[in-house]
Amino acid sequence: MIPGIYVHIPFCLSKCAYCDFYSVTSTKKIPHFIESILKEMEMYRGIFNRFDTLYLGGGTPSLLDSAQLAEIIDGIRKCFPLSSDTEITIEVNPGDLNRKAAESLFETGINRISIGVQSFDEHILSFLGRRHSSIDAISAIEDVQNAGFGNIGLDLIYGVPGQDLESWMNTLRKALSFRPEHLSCYQLTLEPSTPLGRKYKAGEIDPPDEDLLYEFFIKTSELLEASGYTHYEVSNFARDPEFMSRHNRKYWDHTPYLGLGPAAHSFSGNRRWWNHRCVDRYIEEVNKKMPPIEKSEILTLKQLRLEALYLGLRTKMGINLQDFSERYSFDLLDKKNVVLGRLREEGLITILDNHIYPTRRGLAISDSLSLI
Amino acid sequence: MKNIRNFSIIAHIDHGKSTLADRMIQYCGVVEDRNFKNQILDNMDIERERGITIKSQAITLPYRSRDGKDYILNLIDTPGHVDFSYEVSRSLASCEGVLLLIDAAQGVQAQTVANLYMAMEHDLEIIPVINKIDLPSADVDKVMEQIDSELGLDPYASLPCSAKEGTGVEEILEAIVHRIPPPKGDPEAELATTIFDAHYDPFRGTIIHCRVFEGTIRTGDIIRLMHDETTHRVEEVGSFLLPRQKKASLSAGDVGYIIAGIKTVSDVQIGDTITLDKRPRKEPLPGFRESKPVVFASIYPIASDDYEELAMSLEKYKLNDASFVYQKDSSIALGQGFRCGFLGLLHLEIVQERLEREYNLSIILSVPSVRYRFTLNDGEVLYIDNPAYYPDPMSIATSEEPYIRAAMMFPERYMGAVMKLCKEKRGENSALSYPSPGRIELVIEMPLADVIYDFYDGLKSITQGYGSFDYDIIDYRQSSLVLLDILVNGDRVDALSQIVYRGSARERGLRACERLKEEIPRQMFKIAIQGAVGGEIISRTTISAYRKDVTAKCYGGDITRKRKLLEKQKKGKKRMKMVGSVAIPQSAFIAILKSDNT
Ligand SMILES: Nc1nc2c(ncn2[C@@H]2O[C@H](COP(=O)(O)OP(=O)(O)OP(=O)(O)O)[C@@H](O)[C@H]2O)c(=O)[nH]1
Ligand code: SF4
Ligand SMILES: [Mg+2]
Repeated sequence: MIPGIYVHIPFCLSKCAYCDFYSVTSTKKIPHFIESILKEMEMYRGIFNRFDTLYLGGGTPSLLDSAQLAEIIDGIRKCFPLSSDTEITIEVNPGDLNRKAAESLFETGINRISIGVQSFDEHILSFLGRRHSSIDAISAIEDVQNAGFGNIGLDLIYGVPGQDLESWMNTLRKALSFRPEHLSCYQLTLEPSTPLGRKYKAGEIDPPDEDLLYEFFIKTSELLEASGYTHYEVSNFARDPEFMSRHNRKYWDHTPYLGLGPAAHSFSGNRRWWNHRCVDRYIEEVNKKMPPIEKSEILTLKQLRLEALYLGLRTKMGINLQDFSERYSFDLLDKKNVVLGRLREEGLITILDNHIYPTRRGLAISDSLSLI
Repeated sequence: MKNIRNFSIIAHIDHGKSTLADRMIQYCGVVEDRNFKNQILDNMDIERERGITIKSQAITLPYRSRDGKDYILNLIDTPGHVDFSYEVSRSLASCEGVLLLIDAAQGVQAQTVANLYMAMEHDLEIIPVINKIDLPSADVDKVMEQIDSELGLDPYASLPCSAKEGTGVEEILEAIVHRIPPPKGDPEAELATTIFDAHYDPFRGTIIHCRVFEGTIRTGDIIRLMHDETTHRVEEVGSFLLPRQKKASLSAGDVGYIIAGIKTVSDVQIGDTITLDKRPRKEPLPGFRESKPVVFASIYPIASDDYEELAMSLEKYKLNDASFVYQKDSSIALGQGFRCGFLGLLHLEIVQERLEREYNLSIILSVPSVRYRFTLNDGEVLYIDNPAYYPDPMSIATSEEPYIRAAMMFPERYMGAVMKLCKEKRGENSALSYPSPGRIELVIEMPLADVIYDFYDGLKSITQGYGSFDYDIIDYRQSSLVLLDILVNGDRVDALSQIVYRGSARERGLRACERLKEEIPRQMFKIAIQGAVGGEIISRTTISAYRKDVTAKCYGGDITRKRKLLEKQKKGKKRMKMVGSVAIPQSAFIAILKSDNT
């Protein structure tokens, strides 16, 4: 239960059609932003004992050059005690990398890299509004492999309107050919505030139906598990247990994390808080020596319980019943006896050694599982 | 006394009673224009939203007539729906005259006739009013013909008006003054006061609405309610001006209110007679009848933790609605609840809505039922309104169900379709008449159980809105009955059981399965729904499971957003009742009775 740090780098050269992460397309503010990050972390000095993960996410962190990234990482090292084996992850955009950039990234101490490949199908890439091609992705993967990174993850998207199973399986097989340590396969969510979401609402695009999405999900899981990967979370696969994202797992089991940068979320104890979703406002508040927090909430036991349930049931690690009842004062096995029995009969969960584990089919409906 | 006029406005539903009352109130200037809102007497939210009157309302209007004299007009606006016809009859018992409204576009309808008879029984002066003459489809001449031929009244005594636009209102007020006789009665005689309504005031308790026929009632008097012989001390009397106005006394001829420290409206009976304890009258005024529920259903809280709260809310609700009755009940599927009796389905819907809205409860109603009568082999007679208590079929000697006499009016061209509908509903002993050319009045006897649901909607739709309907309960008739059970994933859900006519069991079973399939959302596993009679499955359907619903990503630690979504879904699910492992929405329990055409 050692906490983790997340740094949100809210810059992208252009906005992808499906994306509702917070980012701006002007890079002018990058220097100010870095100054502010360094100031914001000072506000938390001494509060957390130690961290063992650092995640540089975005936006597009690879828009910062290695010197800028090193400045942030060094700042964090000076401000907070980090474990010697700290997992330091960066998200990169294929178009932004070359061999040299990859090598200098490696020198900053970053030891895990997550590449936003999304697809090897050009039609899908352009539909999604990505600014890179599949060739860019291939060379980016080779560059980071050659630069010495031993923990590489590829992010992929399925369930894109117009995408058939074959296109997706081709992308998956192509990804597997690189034997990446980690794969994230996300089903496209059509967020209402995005261009694709609006097209969907206007009836201009037609996402795959539930049965096809289920096919995508199950086929993905089958292929990757047959290729030696562990399907350890709804959308995540690791070539070996040691490659499961240490950072992301903190989100799933209520381990504390500190989020720095605009729109970043933090959690500790039973409190969650998040920063202003606006770079200018963020910089302004930090300069006034104010924590740039937009809002915070104290979670009730009931809310914590619901989160633990839905996050736990998204993972292969499932829910440790003993632990659950101690942390959230709720004896699941006793209180939800009938429904759990039924779910087990239906092959959606297994109950073993005082754990509830979702099966593959269970993972596909884990949102509902958590509403029992 | 000679300048008092007591009258009710009666009509078929929606013919404009409350709107006309509005205009008269405005004309008499009791409410300042800026405080005025439409259907001012319909003061419950639910009345205003639905645009219907649920409760009679009385109001006193001071009126200076054209002859220069001042009059006190006591107006009672009545509900139009059949469920509340007893209330209407009590209002009529308090008057000397009525305005019988007829919609100029729709003409005479079934309840126009029923209301006319009721007014004639009470020997009232009847002023026909043709309303809505502003409508392009208004046909005043035709309505005058109908007044003559169908109602047997003098068409030239009728007054045209548009309650909406306020035309003709003064003529109506003049007619009230000159045609309706003033009340009679001796203010010195023994007190005889009839209760025509009561409502609950959180600060004052029950407020009795009454009409004094004989004698005088004063603050401080000890009154006696003749039906149950209870006595109370009068705290206040007054008249229904806006706002209520305290008076020293009410005398023969007056309509007004009495506050006498009576806790709940159930402690007084509508139609009962009030007299003075120390100088009582010998006989109560005629016409009293206890109001009897005809439709029954059980109410359960959706979350069983809310049982206590439901109990408290029902108690409070009951303070204000004497015709609602309830007692404890329990269901294997739905837990602890209450068995409730209603005047009809509209009443049931209103109670449900008010409980949810005014008491913020989430409740489930079981399938509504009428009250059946079973005679057992050993001669014992059982009245059963709850399928849970359906007797052992082997022990039943005869079974009977309540029948009604329905009166319908509609244009001749719909005759075939209406007869077909009535036959489907097991109608018998029909009698036809032609009150005027091209119009039919059909009187037919039908089982109440088949009528409470859908019949009226069905009639309206096949007659394209031209058919109207009214009914009285007549008697019990022998009938072959069975218990139809519904099984969800093999478990019997007792709250979905119905007592049905044997000949319709299969069709009702099919319908129930279909409706449940529509109402129950897909869930994590397949749901099998079956209808069964005496252990034999007569209908079945399945709801397939959904397979994929998970969101891809809980990114950047923004767990809150996703949790909020789930909380919302969970709330939605809370509105459903868990039966075993299946979530059944509230709507399913009533939908089960509905047929396709509604
Ligand atoms: N055009 C027109 N519409 C009217 C007139 N009088 C009433 N209405 C409309 O008819 C509908 C029913 O009016 P209400 O006054 O609520 O009828 P009601 O007889 O009190 O109805 P219940 O209490 O439900 O029996 C409303 O939509 C009124 O606005 C009228 O003179 N002309
Ligand atoms: S690069 Fe990433 S953060 Fe930027 S717009 Fe595209 S998906 Fe969103
Ligand atoms: Mg009305």
